[in-house]
Amino acid sequence: MSFELFLFYFFAAITVGAAACVISVRNPVHAAMFLVLTFFSTACIWMLLEAEFLAITLVLVYVGAVMVLFLFVVMMLDVNVEPLREGFVKYLPWGAAVGVLMFIEMAFLITQRYFQSENFPAPAASGPEYSNTEALGVLLYDQFLFQFEVAAVILLVAIVAAIALTMRRRPETKYQKPHQQIDVSKSDRLRVVQMPSEKR
Amino acid sequence: MLDTIILLITTILKIVAIVIPLLISVAYLTLAERKVIGSMQVRVGPNRVGWKGMGQPFADLFKLLTKEIIVPTNASRFLFLTAPILSLAPAFAAWAVVPFADGVVLADINAGLLYVLAMTSIGVYGVIIAGWASNSKYAFLGSMRSAAQIVAYEIAMGFSLIGVLMVAGSLNLGDIVRAQEGGFFSWFLIPLFPLAIVYFISGVAETNRAPFDVAEGESEIVAGYQVDYSGMAFAVFFLAEYANMIMISVLAVVMFLGGWLSPIPFIPDGIHWFFAKTALMLFFFLWFRATFPRYRYDQIMRLGWKVFIPVTIVWIAVVGVAIYFGIGPWFDIRTGVTG
Repeated sequence: MSFELFLFYFFAAITVGAAACVISVRNPVHAAMFLVLTFFSTACIWMLLEAEFLAITLVLVYVGAVMVLFLFVVMMLDVNVEPLREGFVKYLPWGAAVGVLMFIEMAFLITQRYFQSENFPAPAASGPEYSNTEALGVLLYDQFLFQFEVAAVILLVAIVAAIALTMRRRPETKYQKPHQQIDVSKSDRLRVVQMPSEKR
Repeated sequence: MLDTIILLITTILKIVAIVIPLLISVAYLTLAERKVIGSMQVRVGPNRVGWKGMGQPFADLFKLLTKEIIVPTNASRFLFLTAPILSLAPAFAAWAVVPFADGVVLADINAGLLYVLAMTSIGVYGVIIAGWASNSKYAFLGSMRSAAQIVAYEIAMGFSLIGVLMVAGSLNLGDIVRAQEGGFFSWFLIPLFPLAIVYFISGVAETNRAPFDVAEGESEIVAGYQVDYSGMAFAVFFLAEYANMIMISVLAVVMFLGGWLSPIPFIPDGIHWFFAKTALMLFFFLWFRATFPRYRYDQIMRLGWKVFIPVTIVWIAVVGVAIYFGIGPWFDIRTGVTG
């Protein structure tokens, strides 16, 4: 067993174990932390695939930003687990059906003629000079520029929509208006009164 | 097999050679902070332990080492004790890609800048988990504040780094420094001045230092997420904060101040320039703390989202135009990319 293979099994075991813990631990914060571990070890596996840009981006985006916000929400919830468990038996058949369906789909995909792993031999390892980031950048900004821009516009629309849907202007809230604060001059706020001192 | 073992041993020795000086720097940074702020406030600062107070950091360290670590009764014990490590480990791991001088770097990877960003973004978990695991309202409020602040300023920070990698044409920190060769006027500080300012202020906010230290805010929420920590667990948070401060300074030096390059072309380059520049940036950290009052929370958010992010976006567009027209001496780069 080569060292890479050992590393792969090591990270894969952590990924699978952590993913199992995400759905089995009771505390939602612990579950979120296990999800973080899952992402992190997945990034390590991607690193073994020489996809260092994607691996680091996974850590940067999912671990560094998405999961932080996730944790942010989960921590503030005081989830009572008991009511969530009530419907377990009722929904079990549905859950099992969806699970089986997904399993069948994946099995089809993997055992199909065109998707078998023999059809996708591992690409030759590229040298240390090869920059993954550069190759990806050239592809995105050159060959697939149009698709990339479309994706960017869709994301922008999603951002605008999310803000538009959730923003509520409350008239009673007082907002700070920095430009007005800066424009204030001394004469607006202060009146200097000259008067002779008075005798007692 | 023997090669692997030798490689492993040399790597470990290199890691030790980075970590030990880093720990000593952290120790003396705490002393420098107290001395600098002391002299800014016309005080003497610590001067009892050792010559001119030089033993003070070690006295503090032994005090913290011998103190009891108290775990609150209703705390989540495992996460409570893991949190300091979660904030320390990324702070140290980011040092792997820092080029101290030409070729003096532990891991010369070509996505170095991204790696540093990823590592610094993980550091927030220590704060969040500490706040939650303490099971205390003050700690929780502190960690909430800190998490929102770090996520907000990370975006401005990332955008300002985009400008750097556009001009340098590389994500490798060593190549970024080498792209700034040719004296003070070739440093990225000048063409990317707004980005440098945004980066450094975001760095101060990211490390929860004054004037952005609302996560600790001792007058409002006692000490934020650190309130229940004592002894060595507290010291580890302290260590992580100062290691992050040094890291932000080092990155500012590498990206905007030409790393190990000397400001005047005919004076030889060297690692001493790197340390001198880093010390200057660290002085700014201390200077800020002595000068500015703490920001109000909504003002922090406004500064991050409504001021810094637009500034960086505008300047990235400016840099893009400047590179397109090849305005020298900074923007006439031709990277080796062939599409």
